Amino acid sequence: MGLEPEQRLDNPATENVADDITEMSVTSPNWVTTRLDFLVNWARKNSLWPMPFGTACCAIEYMATAASRFDIARFGMERQSFSPRQADVFICAGRVPFKLAPVLRRIWDQMPQPKWCISMGACASSGGIFDNYSMVQGIDTIMPVDVYVPGCPPRPEGLIYGIRLLQKKIEGETFTDEALREERLVGRDGLFLPPERVDELSEPFGNSVQQTRSA
Amino acid sequence: MTVSALREAFGSAIVRHAVICGDTIVWVSRDRIHDALAWLQATPDQDYNYLTDITAVEYRDTERPLEIVWQLRSLARKVDLRVKVALDKRAPLEVPTCWDLWKGADWLEREVYDMFGVTFTGHPDLRRILMWETYAEGYPLRKDFPLRGHFSRAEQTRQALAANPEANYSLEELSIAEAYHELPKEMRERLRHGERGFLK
Repeated sequence: MGLEPEQRLDNPATENVADDITEMSVTSPNWVTTRLDFLVNWARKNSLWPMPFGTACCAIEYMATAASRFDIARFGMERQSFSPRQADVFICAGRVPFKLAPVLRRIWDQMPQPKWCISMGACASSGGIFDNYSMVQGIDTIMPVDVYVPGCPPRPEGLIYGIRLLQKKIEGETFTDEALREERLVGRDGLFLPPERVDELSEPFGNSVQQTRSA
Repeated sequence: MTVSALREAFGSAIVRHAVICGDTIVWVSRDRIHDALAWLQATPDQDYNYLTDITAVEYRDTERPLEIVWQLRSLARKVDLRVKVALDKRAPLEVPTCWDLWKGADWLEREVYDMFGVTFTGHPDLRRILMWETYAEGYPLRKDFPLRGHFSRAEQTRQALAANPEANYSLEELSIAEAYHELPKEMRERLRHGERGFLK
């Protein structure tokens, strides 16, 4: 139409149309956003840089997964990032004691978005057999987790299956979802689950059913 | 023979001894334990120059005293000796440090303090080593400590997240003067006065 910028601003009708277009393109999927999502997700899922956080025997299986026989480089994880600043996937391989909880959280906070987390093995996912005074009962109490890999420890095939699941999850992401990268803390104390749920976590299970807690 | 030589030197301070599975165990009274350890280290015939481990044992029988265990070895003579002190649990749990005899006792004594709450008097830097500095639930390896700890899971997680990861180390271990101001106040005091402290 060849309108000057001042004229466009002055004209309420054109202004509304412009608003509508902007709103539509950001909040609802359309041809442009889905094509862009496809491209971006395709690139992201095929070049995931893992940040291995190995604390126990799961780390041995992780090393086997990274080594030549299983070779996660086939899935785009060519570069193991030992710095959180250049990593996409946090792989927690092993048990996490409470003393390590703030360290884990700090490393997660240091990773730039977009980032994902794989909780590898029974201990990282639920505390495993370590239902005792010193162990975090699942890292999802302190940080968000995308994929849980069961096993004690999981075989490399299991971890690769978890990585494939994560890639599927990334395929389905869209930037029109505003809550996608939102991390919802419960309260100000840094928990990722409500306190009642954290308390429940180890209640009926474990090898210490007879234990009573004094507080 | 070590035990007869010990009895000769310390008399009634050697409470009793036993040989179990080929290991010689000597119970010493608490008042003379430091002298006995120093004697075992310095006497040429004994020459126990290597401190293998320090640990503690609490028995299920609540009346039975808590035992502190020193496992000694003479590298030259290739013999081991286990020295024990029985501590009445109703009294404060205190034994003198042997850090002045074997420097390696430093972390071993800290571990016994952390897990059992035994105070080693004269230790230069007695603070928790496995659990974090602000850990408030007590001493985990004591028999009256519940396996899952005293606090609820949510409270434990909350306290753990609130801890400062850098506050677990002494100034020598950190060698960063800036972190000094983030340490708990009580720990700052101790570091300033102890052998390890060098900040004024």
